[in-house]
Amino acid sequence: MTDFDKPATAASAAETVPDTTVGVPQAVGSAPSTSFLEVRDLRVHFPTDDGLVKSVDGLSFQLEKGQTLGIVGESGSGKSVTSLGIMGLHTTGQYGRSKARVTGEIWFDGQELLGADPDEVRKLRGREMAMIFQDPLSAMHPYYTVGKQIVEAYRVHHNVDKKVARKRAIEMLDLVGIPQPDKRVDSYPHEFSGGMRQRAMIAMSLVNNPNLLIADEPTTALDVTVQAQILDLIRDLQKEFGSAVIMITHDLGVVAEMADQLLVMYGGRCVERGSAEEVFYQPQHPYTWGLLGSMPRIDREQTERLIPVKGSPPSLINIPDGCAFNPRCPYADVPKGNVTRTVRPELQQVSSGHYSACHLSAEQRTRIWTEEIAPKL
Amino acid sequence: MSENETKAAEPAQAAVKPKGEPLLKVENLVKHFPIRSGLMQRQTGAVKAVDGLSFEVYPGETLGVVGESGCGKSTMGRLITRLLEPTSGKVEFEGNDITHMSTAKMRPHRRDVQMIFQDPYSSLNPRHTIGTIVSAPFKLQGVTPEGGVKKEVQRLMALVGLNPEHYNRYPHEFSGGQRQRIGIARALALNPKLVVADEPVSALDVSIQAQVVNLLDDLQQELGLTYVIIAHDLSVIRHVSDRIAVMYLGKIVELADRASLYKAPMHPYTKALMSAVPVPDPRRRGVKSERILLKGDVPSPIKPPSGCRFHTRCWKATEICLTQDPPLLELKPGQQVACHHPENAADQAPGEEIVAEAKDAVKVVDVAKDA
Repeated sequence: MTDFDKPATAASAAETVPDTTVGVPQAVGSAPSTSFLEVRDLRVHFPTDDGLVKSVDGLSFQLEKGQTLGIVGESGSGKSVTSLGIMGLHTTGQYGRSKARVTGEIWFDGQELLGADPDEVRKLRGREMAMIFQDPLSAMHPYYTVGKQIVEAYRVHHNVDKKVARKRAIEMLDLVGIPQPDKRVDSYPHEFSGGMRQRAMIAMSLVNNPNLLIADEPTTALDVTVQAQILDLIRDLQKEFGSAVIMITHDLGVVAEMADQLLVMYGGRCVERGSAEEVFYQPQHPYTWGLLGSMPRIDREQTERLIPVKGSPPSLINIPDGCAFNPRCPYADVPKGNVTRTVRPELQQVSSGHYSACHLSAEQRTRIWTEEIAPKL
Repeated sequence: MSENETKAAEPAQAAVKPKGEPLLKVENLVKHFPIRSGLMQRQTGAVKAVDGLSFEVYPGETLGVVGESGCGKSTMGRLITRLLEPTSGKVEFEGNDITHMSTAKMRPHRRDVQMIFQDPYSSLNPRHTIGTIVSAPFKLQGVTPEGGVKKEVQRLMALVGLNPEHYNRYPHEFSGGQRQRIGIARALALNPKLVVADEPVSALDVSIQAQVVNLLDDLQQELGLTYVIIAHDLSVIRHVSDRIAVMYLGKIVELADRASLYKAPMHPYTKALMSAVPVPDPRRRGVKSERILLKGDVPSPIKPPSGCRFHTRCWKATEICLTQDPPLLELKPGQQVACHHPENAADQAPGEEIVAEAKDAVKVVDVAKDA
């Protein structure tokens, strides 16, 4: 194997990224980002009668053009809330109906989005960044034909007449592989099958050639053969347009196939981040180990038993002090030097580009992974 | 890789040898749901959800049923539990024909066959406590367990890993995984012989999914249960099953023991299905570089294609496939397949010309990303 096997340099010397201890998010390095997309200390909190729900609590990552970032996590870990946050869909503009409190910074192509004028963001949304939703039946309008909806998405950003836009819609439907696009353009969403609907939605998202595509569980509702078609389509389109893609899913198989970078979320925070190769082969967080152990593998020799994570995901209202994974962590009782349990572990660099937020020392983690976990998978 | 698989194959095959009389025997099972229209509500067609299934389930084994949505696997589950009455065919449980048994006569049999449902949110009555839900089978069957109902319910709750003190709580107080455990406790209340589980883990998160899969496994060991597990996830099915039936449009296209099916699938559909499963290993992107992509969608079960139902999407289709429905034949010990031109076995109809449409029925893609 590679040099990832070697334990990282002493944990005390490990770099801490990012500095989330600063109370006022605006104070965190406001230097413009050089990355295509950079999220800095994103927090999305929802005040409710029961308390503050911290759906996303201090998330940072960067993404370059042509790259695919996979975000994995269980339901309630904040994956979708993050994507809606990037798209600026939490704040409903002047009416302020959404109670979400979004703080942090989102740098998109050199522009900061969270503090920007909502009208400016609207110009980007759909044109520069677009989203594919999980359930195409509820994401498309049942009263309008598929063609009309694609035409609308195009004409919002392009000053063209309906005929030109319709031609563009047919072109897009053809591109995503819908048979007889010139006829199907006048169909309603209910006349499409699940896979075709998902294709139509992809056509709608891509009609303006966005540079950033966020796919939120794009294949979860689909059968495995259709899923393969859709993933193939997204891969092809990414190759053709060089867009950056954020792939949100709970299926480790899908991310292994699609993602260059991987971000594992738990309880609204990133617990591990790195290249897909490193996260799969040198995972550095007990939760990632748990995910890998929970998954029956089609490509491996039959294992007798799965190694599940005990317990259930935390409530986002009462996230435990310290590490959110602590109550479920099998290594919570391993002595960790002078670490206080109630302190939240920060992301620390394990190797170049690979970060993990765990109180275990790098040596401990490497030892547990290579000696206890890896042989059982 | 092949070494690993042969090693895994040996114990699996040993465990699969059918022992004695089948617990459940299904012959030519058919279920058509009528479509009525017009003023007189005359039947104008039928959804052929299940169209001629024959299989057996032996005591102590797990039969996995896998297929895409709309292939009739859930209908099959409801037919063998007699929640639906078959249009034709025969279902035998322990030698008794239960196909058209009346509700009253069926009742004593019900305790032997239980079901676990997919959605743990809609399969539990929100206004009943867990105690009421898990004890309902006793009430319906007029059974008083030893030591009283409450004690037995608490024993069952402990058995599936729930806190017995939560007897008086309501379903909304539990998480998805815990609710699924409640459903399992209810199914086990009457000591059933056969448990039919329809997508028991697909609504659960990955980490919870593993807990439930392990629980089902433990309970089978402990109680000697027989399972029919219906699922669309091929990795889960492979993990839990001894034998696997692959369904396509209301028919079984392949029925084989686990090792043979995953190592050498014979039906082209099975092969395509397997190659479509994303492999959770980034390094495989370079190694396993070919994937068979089926085009289009599953045809409608209202008007299934003539002959072999898969011929519209099959890359090996010939004239005979368009006209003749291939029978389910045992081409290798423990591996039955319904195909004229199987993979990994002798051609059943040699010398046929592949039809023109079949030539571009699939797209073989390179999964390896340009590195």
